[in-house]
Amino acid sequence: MTRRKAVTILLRLLAFGAALAATIVMVTSHESASVLNLTFKAKFSHTPAFVYFAIAEAIASGYSLIVLLLSSKNWFRRLVVVLDAVIAVLLSSSISAALAIAHVGKKGNSHSGWLPICGQVPKFCDHVTGALIAGFIAAILYLVLLVYTALDTLFVEKP
Amino acid sequence: MAFENRGKPAVEKPIKDWRHVVRMVSFLATASATLVMAFSKETKTLVVANIGGVPIKATISAKFQHTPAFVFFVIANGMASLHNLLMIMAEVFRDKMFNNRGVHLVMIAILDMMTVALASAGGGAALFMAMLGKNGNSHARWSKICDKFDSYCDRSGGALIASFVGLVLLLLITVHSIIKLLNHPKPINNIDITLP
Repeated sequence: MTRRKAVTILLRLLAFGAALAATIVMVTSHESASVLNLTFKAKFSHTPAFVYFAIAEAIASGYSLIVLLLSSKNWFRRLVVVLDAVIAVLLSSSISAALAIAHVGKKGNSHSGWLPICGQVPKFCDHVTGALIAGFIAAILYLVLLVYTALDTLFVEKP
Repeated sequence: MAFENRGKPAVEKPIKDWRHVVRMVSFLATASATLVMAFSKETKTLVVANIGGVPIKATISAKFQHTPAFVFFVIANGMASLHNLLMIMAEVFRDKMFNNRGVHLVMIAILDMMTVALASAGGGAALFMAMLGKNGNSHARWSKICDKFDSYCDRSGGALIASFVGLVLLLLITVHSIIKLLNHPKPINNIDITLP
């Protein structure tokens, strides 16, 4: 196995692990707390950004698994490069959207009159933070994979 | 014609390549997204209370600086349009700047990828923040703001659309560059060193 193939497989395996972890942690995040007769129920499906994050990470982990299990022919490698770029963009935009909404949830927005909710459901907030960290790692790994694919064409493959 | 030029031409003219046109359109899209979002401001005066016949007015404004997601959107699109401009200039002055075309192509491809990641992150964050402002969130008790500031919402929506158009075009260029590199690699250590 050449060095290029080994590094690619390693990066994709790590990205698969991170994306799978992000999906699972985000999907299992829910909490209900009662404060002064009011019940606050927090689920990830209440916010479209978190739903998008979960779907994007699920797609990325499924794609990584499929590519890891299939063999690589010449034309297949070109298709994998195209799909890698699309998945990298998807992961990057999903983590950014989830981070933006989570920031509003944690700090609120005084100009729009939006109050932070992390005070009422702290365990939900911690859970979501864990999912966001895993998603961030997956996005970075896919970008590194793409950069490595481009950079490695500078070097001749030793036979 | 007596002489037919088959295959790739020997000298590639700078502006006649389709990728330069696409990059120019992408630059215009990201630059317009930056400018439209940066200059979208709306102020409204509401009558808050009426004390003894004298109405008390309160001025509320909507600016892009109020939301960190929109600030990131402006910064990311600004950097993307700057990158597009620099790459256009690099391709026009290519012969004067680079000796080894292999490194030049890889560098442009990698920089393009970084910019695509940045622009997609900015676009995604601003899109969901705008969706939150348009629909509100009943579970978190966040009320929508687009019914009060509709022209601000329209302008940021237009900026978002322009940003996504620029992003898709840039992604097209990036993918084409990487595939071209995979098909015709120009390695820098292709000197065959055979040890005795």
